[in-house]
Amino acid sequence: MIRLDNVTKVYPDGTEAVREVSLEVDEGELCVLLGPSGCGKTTTMKMINRLIPITGGAIYIDGVDNTMMDENELRRNIGYAIQEIGLFPHMTVRQNIETVPALKGWPKDKRNKRAEELLELVGMDSAEFIDKYPSELSGGQRQRVGVARSLGADPPILLMDEPFGAIDPITRVRLQDEFLKIQREIKKTIMFVTHDIYEAIKMGDKIALMNMGRLVQYDTPANLLYRPRNEFVEDFVGTDRALKGLQLIKVKEVMTGSPPTVGPDEKAETARVRMEREEIDWMAVVNDKGEFLGWIERMEPGKGEIVRQVMKSSTVAATIDAVLNEALSVMLSSRLNIVAVVDSRNRLQGTLSFDAIQNTLAEVTQREKPE
Amino acid sequence: MRRQVILIILLTTCIVVTICITNMGKVGVMTPFTYGEIWMETRRHLQMVLIAEFAVILIGVPLGILVTRQGFRKLATPIVGVANAGQSIPSMAIVAIMVPILGMGFKKVLFIELSVSAIVALSIWGLMPILRNSYAAINNINPAIVEAARGMGMTRGQIARKIELPLALPVIMTGVRVSTVVVVGTATLAALIAAGGLGRIILAGVFSGVPLITLQGAAPTAALAITLGFVLERIESWMTPRGLKVKAGIS
Repeated sequence: MIRLDNVTKVYPDGTEAVREVSLEVDEGELCVLLGPSGCGKTTTMKMINRLIPITGGAIYIDGVDNTMMDENELRRNIGYAIQEIGLFPHMTVRQNIETVPALKGWPKDKRNKRAEELLELVGMDSAEFIDKYPSELSGGQRQRVGVARSLGADPPILLMDEPFGAIDPITRVRLQDEFLKIQREIKKTIMFVTHDIYEAIKMGDKIALMNMGRLVQYDTPANLLYRPRNEFVEDFVGTDRALKGLQLIKVKEVMTGSPPTVGPDEKAETARVRMEREEIDWMAVVNDKGEFLGWIERMEPGKGEIVRQVMKSSTVAATIDAVLNEALSVMLSSRLNIVAVVDSRNRLQGTLSFDAIQNTLAEVTQREKPE
Repeated sequence: MRRQVILIILLTTCIVVTICITNMGKVGVMTPFTYGEIWMETRRHLQMVLIAEFAVILIGVPLGILVTRQGFRKLATPIVGVANAGQSIPSMAIVAIMVPILGMGFKKVLFIELSVSAIVALSIWGLMPILRNSYAAINNINPAIVEAARGMGMTRGQIARKIELPLALPVIMTGVRVSTVVVVGTATLAALIAAGGLGRIILAGVFSGVPLITLQGAAPTAALAITLGFVLERIESWMTPRGLKVKAGIS
């Protein structure tokens, strides 16, 4: 647990970088420090592991004032991840990951095993990469190593300073997803700095929005979006908050389950009669494994013999664990009003319609609106 | 690879030229220097250069690193400035200034005969590249790397030993190499203050108006510079951590 109590940083020249920030991050929670550049978010984070000395207030880690601890000991017990450029270029991936375990004097066997485990945890093949140098890796791989390194000695607390900052958007989304998955397993208490509101909404259990050294609002992503405390928050969130809110809702929460389906080898006439009888305009075509193949629409009688001949093949689908704005982007780019929802093995789970998204959104904004 | 071939050709040419001139019976009004004399002057030359370099490394590297340390950073500008000024003074002037201060010719220091004036002059002249490179080597290390090391709980000493020094060493060695090569050339001026070295042969050629004798001194000087440059380059490459040499295979 991390507790900031009226934390203040005033530089000798009188600049107030951080002013009376108080907040608490519970165990296993990911707190995002968000704000425009120069708002004091990084300074706040660096005061936690004392890279920057505090000038007022106090920071407690598991109830202990962090200035009471030996600074190196403190840092060895707090994982620290920064952008990929923070890797040691003259050390191999293994040496990088083993940095803190080595400082703590772990025996070699334990260190080696830990490094291999961690590399696998962040999705890299340890046999292939463990003896490589950072310059031999891609940007995305370096960031993974950076995350693995911060977990080196299994610290209960992680500080992450824009760890996915300098990277292309596609890799970035993937790394974020993977990290969230890892976090669900390892349940660390995390302080995560970013200036990207999308990243903040996606990653944070809570968001601490800062401006000019002050904490403006410390809240859940939903509250930050729909119950902005003041004008600054409103501006920072932007007018497209509805769109950003889509990040908070998963496809499976909104989709309609099991649409009418038909096999690819059934008679077309049977499907036509059924659609007429049930007054539906389309059916999904799935094979006997339940995999989604495409659509069939209501048609004139006598056209084609089996479903396969008249169906529209389609591979466009949203995954069930995706968030709504990803699904929406699938729909927009394929110009569909309804999109199939599949699981990770492409088995049809349901459908998601444009109307459903709209309704949910309207409902959420209504509900979250202040009275 | 190609560079090495060129170096070898240059080196061979220098040696062949020296041998040819030495084997001539008479050059103009002069008899060429003997192998024995050339060898002796080469040794003196090398001795001067090595002692001066040794002194410069001993002073320049720690000083260059010191001014990157917290609390000493304010000294960086004046100290690097002075070293820069040291090199902007013409080399001949430095050598000449030393005479009234430290005297001409050889003095016995410990148990070797040395020209103290020449060595001090060469040290002043050779200090700048090493000082500047040592300073830049440490200063140009990406601050994010050092901060990551701090953030992971390395002590100051550990950061210096495990992070800064290995990363800075190649750049410092470049400074040593540049300085050495420059000093080999400058050391020919030591002959002006009776400190010997290959400059003595060059001067003899100049004063008697026999260009071939000048060449007899210049060619081995060049050979010496090329050889030292090459050897130091190998050392530099050997000291460069592998992680800084390998380039992205996959990306």
